[in-house]
Amino acid sequence: MSRIVSHSPAPDTAIRCDACPVMCFIKPGLTGACDRYGNTDGVLTRTDPHLFIGDTITAIGAGTTYPDYKPAPFIVSAEVDGVDMITVVTEGIFSYCGAKIKIDTDRHLGLERAAVRVDGEVVGHVTTAEYGSQMLALGGVHHLTGSGKKSGRVTCETLLNLCNGGAVALSIDDGATVIAQAGAAPIIDGVPEARMRVGCGSATIGMFAKQWVGLVDEVVVVDDHITGVLSEHQAGKLLDVAETGIRIRGRRSTPGRYFEVAAPGTGWGGTDITEPRQILAAFDKRHARPGLTMLMVSTTGDHAGYFVLDEVLAPQPQEMPEALRRAVALIKENCEPALCSVLFMAGAGGSLRSGVTENPVRLTRSVAAAITRVTCGGAPVYVWPGGGITFMVDVTKLPNNAFGYVPTPALVAPVEFTMTRADYERLGGHLADVRSLAEVRGG
Amino acid sequence: MSGRLRIGWLGDGERLHVQDGPIDLVIRAFGGRQEMARAYEAAAARMGSVLDELCAELARLRCAAPQELTGAVARRMNAAVLPFCGTAFITPMAAVAGAVADEVLAAMLAAARLERAFVNNGGDIALHLAAGTQFTAGMVSRPDRPRLDAKLVIDAGGLTRGVATSGWSGRSFSLGVADAVTVTAANAAAADAAATMIANATDLPGHQAVSRAPAARLDPRSDLGERLVTVGVGRLTAEEKCRAIASGARVARDYLAAGLITGAAVYVQDEGEVITETERRGERVIA
Repeated sequence: MSRIVSHSPAPDTAIRCDACPVMCFIKPGLTGACDRYGNTDGVLTRTDPHLFIGDTITAIGAGTTYPDYKPAPFIVSAEVDGVDMITVVTEGIFSYCGAKIKIDTDRHLGLERAAVRVDGEVVGHVTTAEYGSQMLALGGVHHLTGSGKKSGRVTCETLLNLCNGGAVALSIDDGATVIAQAGAAPIIDGVPEARMRVGCGSATIGMFAKQWVGLVDEVVVVDDHITGVLSEHQAGKLLDVAETGIRIRGRRSTPGRYFEVAAPGTGWGGTDITEPRQILAAFDKRHARPGLTMLMVSTTGDHAGYFVLDEVLAPQPQEMPEALRRAVALIKENCEPALCSVLFMAGAGGSLRSGVTENPVRLTRSVAAAITRVTCGGAPVYVWPGGGITFMVDVTKLPNNAFGYVPTPALVAPVEFTMTRADYERLGGHLADVRSLAEVRGG
Repeated sequence: MSGRLRIGWLGDGERLHVQDGPIDLVIRAFGGRQEMARAYEAAAARMGSVLDELCAELARLRCAAPQELTGAVARRMNAAVLPFCGTAFITPMAAVAGAVADEVLAAMLAAARLERAFVNNGGDIALHLAAGTQFTAGMVSRPDRPRLDAKLVIDAGGLTRGVATSGWSGRSFSLGVADAVTVTAANAAAADAAATMIANATDLPGHQAVSRAPAARLDPRSDLGERLVTVGVGRLTAEEKCRAIASGARVARDYLAAGLITGAAVYVQDEGEVITETERRGERVIA
């Protein structure tokens, strides 16, 4: 047991730490058996020494001096290429934070703006669909602190789990249930998503048309966004593919490209269909003929069927020729593995900045001017343009369990500001608190 | 494997850092490249379940020895404290850090042939030395003001395979006033238990400059219960420091004579005394 800094008269109740199975009861002002978690004014706080990764020092477990009128816990000076660099290592408490989740799938997860729930509590919403992926926005200050105690707690837990690399079951109103985990395949309604689509239906035709010509008369690539038809598509025209009299139920965009052939779902190509012939209207007698062959395939190659028109021009399923089987396999092979990615997004507020310098706005300006480099647990971040220091970081680039929380609720994340010593002086930095890297390692 | 386990290389790329809850290991193996890789893998694999095994019988480990225990680490702890339980209050927890270090080292040695290896669990260190090799350890008496106070050379020819340090300002509670008692023994668990006992004995009962508090008030689950543990030591006179050291050194000599330890160094503030068996040449302390 060792003492940690306590800023104000603390409530005299021990809190139970649930960071590991030792389950320490920690009295105010003290730390648990690990010296990593402490009771700061009734709040479970990470206090352990910073972690070294390669030659970089990171803020994981640096502890924080919230509310940050004291200098950030570790202001480390190290010689890098002859330049005396300063790294201000701190752990920020972020009420303004959340996670942007990219789920590689074309399956329908839910409508834009649909609520995303964990244990029945709203923790975020569905936002835009991107190329081959569905985006979720989770957390944010309104969910963390603005919509009730339970909702805030569940949101905090969800973010912490996702950011620390855990799997979380998300259920989307009038949509799917997704088990999301950074760097792992999403599991949608119980089915692990194996591959991203190779492209939309139209793009798939563009990519593979040449390889299909001569093997089959018609190809339909079923896709929830744009379903492609080879004989009508520009690619087919250029390859002299004859008209087949095919008619697609759906809204034609440009030749060979159809929107809304079916409702979104978890069937073929992100649609709700399990029988692909559902999207076909009767073939046009002027162009179609009995014996005409047709491949129907999804944009991932997960679903495929081979059909031959009978005497009444109705497509009948037949065993797929080997050459087409290989063509379908090629689509599959060109699909990248489907993953969930999690970006932690947070804004470094006023008090955190004042832990770094006596003149906080100078830090913001210095970050904006790229004089000061911001990292999160040693990982590179993207700093949003505009005011403040709002950044995003890929959580898989941080070491395991780099994130913590306080019951406010808010997330605790490491953040480092690195600059030259001269720039730090210009910022009005806490120079008296600068310690050499050797000193911190030794200590 | 536990999701809590944190594994990474320290800055020099030569030492593996493995942390799970309060267990914090710095591990280094010396030997052939493949042997080293196997050893590090074995260490990480063993650490996957050590904390869960300990926590499964934590309540019993916090009771006075001897205990009926099942886990490998728990049994090492119990064995290490048994020799001391007749003379004073001690629970297997007094040897937890050293026992974990011993267990992880044993897992490494079962998996690989190494020239040398150490598993340092927050200052309690298990050592492996092949014939003809040696280790040099630095000793720090004041954790708050780290500086090398002495060097300890441990030679394969001696019996020492464990080093541990205990003191009131360290991570665990102490009943005494020693800043650091460093003990060498046949393994880390034995050194850990003995260091705890010697540090407890290095005391100035009733002295005004020593602040004490019931352990349970600081940590409601401490194995020490209502026993008074040291929370602060004011400035002591040279005579007081020597008196405290002498009380600890007396206990250390008894342990040395009984073969429980191979050496000890007792520090109170800026005074220290080294206790070694001069005829045993395995280790030397260079003050």
